[in-house]
Amino acid sequence: MSVDWSWIGDHTDELTTLTLSHLQAALSAVFFGVLISLPLAVIAHRVRPLRGFLLGVSNILFTIPSIAIFVLLLPVSGLTRTTTVIGLTVYTLVVLLRNTVEGLDSVPAKTKEAAKAMGTRPLRTLLTVEFPLALPVIMAGVRIATVMSISLVSVATYIGDGGLGQLFTDGFQRDFPTPVIAGVVLTILLAVVADAALVALQYVLTPWKRRRA
Amino acid sequence: MIQFDAVHKRFPNGTTAVHDLSLEMPEGGVTVLVGSSGCGKTTTLRMINRMVEPTSGTIKVGGQDVTRQDAAELRRSIGYVIQQSGLFPHRTVLDNIATVPLLLGHGRRKARARAAELLETVGLAADAGKRYPHQLSGGQQQRVGVARALAADPPVLLMDEPFGAVDPVVRTQLQDELLRLQKELAKTIVFVTHDIDEAVRLGDRIAVFRTGGHLVQCASPTELLARPADDFVADFLGAERGLKLLSLTTLADVPQGPAPEGGTWSLVLDAANRPVHWASKDTEIPVRPLTDNDSLLSALNESIASPAGLIARVDAAGVLTGVSSRDDIHTHAGQAHTEARVAA
Repeated sequence: MSVDWSWIGDHTDELTTLTLSHLQAALSAVFFGVLISLPLAVIAHRVRPLRGFLLGVSNILFTIPSIAIFVLLLPVSGLTRTTTVIGLTVYTLVVLLRNTVEGLDSVPAKTKEAAKAMGTRPLRTLLTVEFPLALPVIMAGVRIATVMSISLVSVATYIGDGGLGQLFTDGFQRDFPTPVIAGVVLTILLAVVADAALVALQYVLTPWKRRRA
Repeated sequence: MIQFDAVHKRFPNGTTAVHDLSLEMPEGGVTVLVGSSGCGKTTTLRMINRMVEPTSGTIKVGGQDVTRQDAAELRRSIGYVIQQSGLFPHRTVLDNIATVPLLLGHGRRKARARAAELLETVGLAADAGKRYPHQLSGGQQQRVGVARALAADPPVLLMDEPFGAVDPVVRTQLQDELLRLQKELAKTIVFVTHDIDEAVRLGDRIAVFRTGGHLVQCASPTELLARPADDFVADFLGAERGLKLLSLTTLADVPQGPAPEGGTWSLVLDAANRPVHWASKDTEIPVRPLTDNDSLLSALNESIASPAGLIARVDAAGVLTGVSSRDDIHTHAGQAHTEARVAA
């Protein structure tokens, strides 16, 4: 199995486009996943009886085979990027929801009580005390969800999308390994870079975690 | 002034935390609530800023019924210090202190300037402001907690076992600091503790609670120690309550005479007439001189430790003014006791 470097040289534009498209699909899924998880996690955190239900639903959604999700979505959103993103978003929920709930649980009761006793109203406490303190745990979830989404985008090749995944079908159909290898390497690279970027983002967002006394 | 009128608190699980409490906490004074755990003292404190709502009865702060005010606004007007400081771990010390001024809409710059001012008030260095709470020692965190409670200059300060988690040495420092601050600020302070010595040191009034939320006695420290209302209070004050009472009286009125000459022990002074040690023919024993502001308890302790049975007394500069004997101190201690009992 040798890499045909001239093929890669001839296809840099296509590889760039596919990489960006791949990244866009994955990041959109994580973005919408966070957007959905935050309010649901607040509900799961505050309303104990709903907690098991919401986490259970996110678990069940995760077990639906990806092809089945795409098929189910076809009548709704067709063979589009939207279908890809919805499918991937559903999968991110299992990690994002759980980690956000756990992050909120991890905020010390003493700190919340102090906020209340200082005269902070509940919404402001949530936004300025609970979310910031839950951030490390939430970010751990975001990192897993991001890497997971980056590896899952390829599945959407079934519906004509799939970013770098298209290189795999291309390579298999022509029995030509170079695009497959390029696709795998770029996917891994993307995952590593995205994860590093999130670590950096977390560093910037949590200054109080930096210098340990 | 804070007034409790027939206040009752029963929790949903059926336990009565506070039983028919009527109590006045005087303006500009420190009222200490003491009692063993589960006696309702913390619940009492938390009803003042509505962290707990009373089941019945009324609580007034400055003449206004607390339940008729918006809870969040009420809390902003009352300083609150809790055990282990309860600081926000994700905010710098300065931003922690600025919490309430920011909630009141004072603007970031003004709130931070006020916070920097308070750092000094509570005895912290200016560069502590940029740090995060976990970078400070327990005692420093507690000082920040006090500064945060004072930031909006509230007339009332609630302190829930604020010094419970620090070591005894730091605890004493923080108590001294609080007394110094209180002399300047004259806040109406409600202070919860289970440590009777802390209560005696800090309180203008001490309210003793018994399990089940019953207030047993509320009195000045002297009155409480001299005349406990019943056996429960007496037990709570401990076997050494007579000695505790001595900690409330100063040495000022004990007569003093010139230092003895020619005895077994003589008091050796330095060039500036400051006592250094007691000396006999072959031994030197260090001396701890006392000023008029020291307590009779310290004097008694020192007189027992002194080989000559005398305490060396000095002025503010440390210069010897005279000595007092064990007998003088004993006699005076006995008088102080009797007077306290009669006055109470």
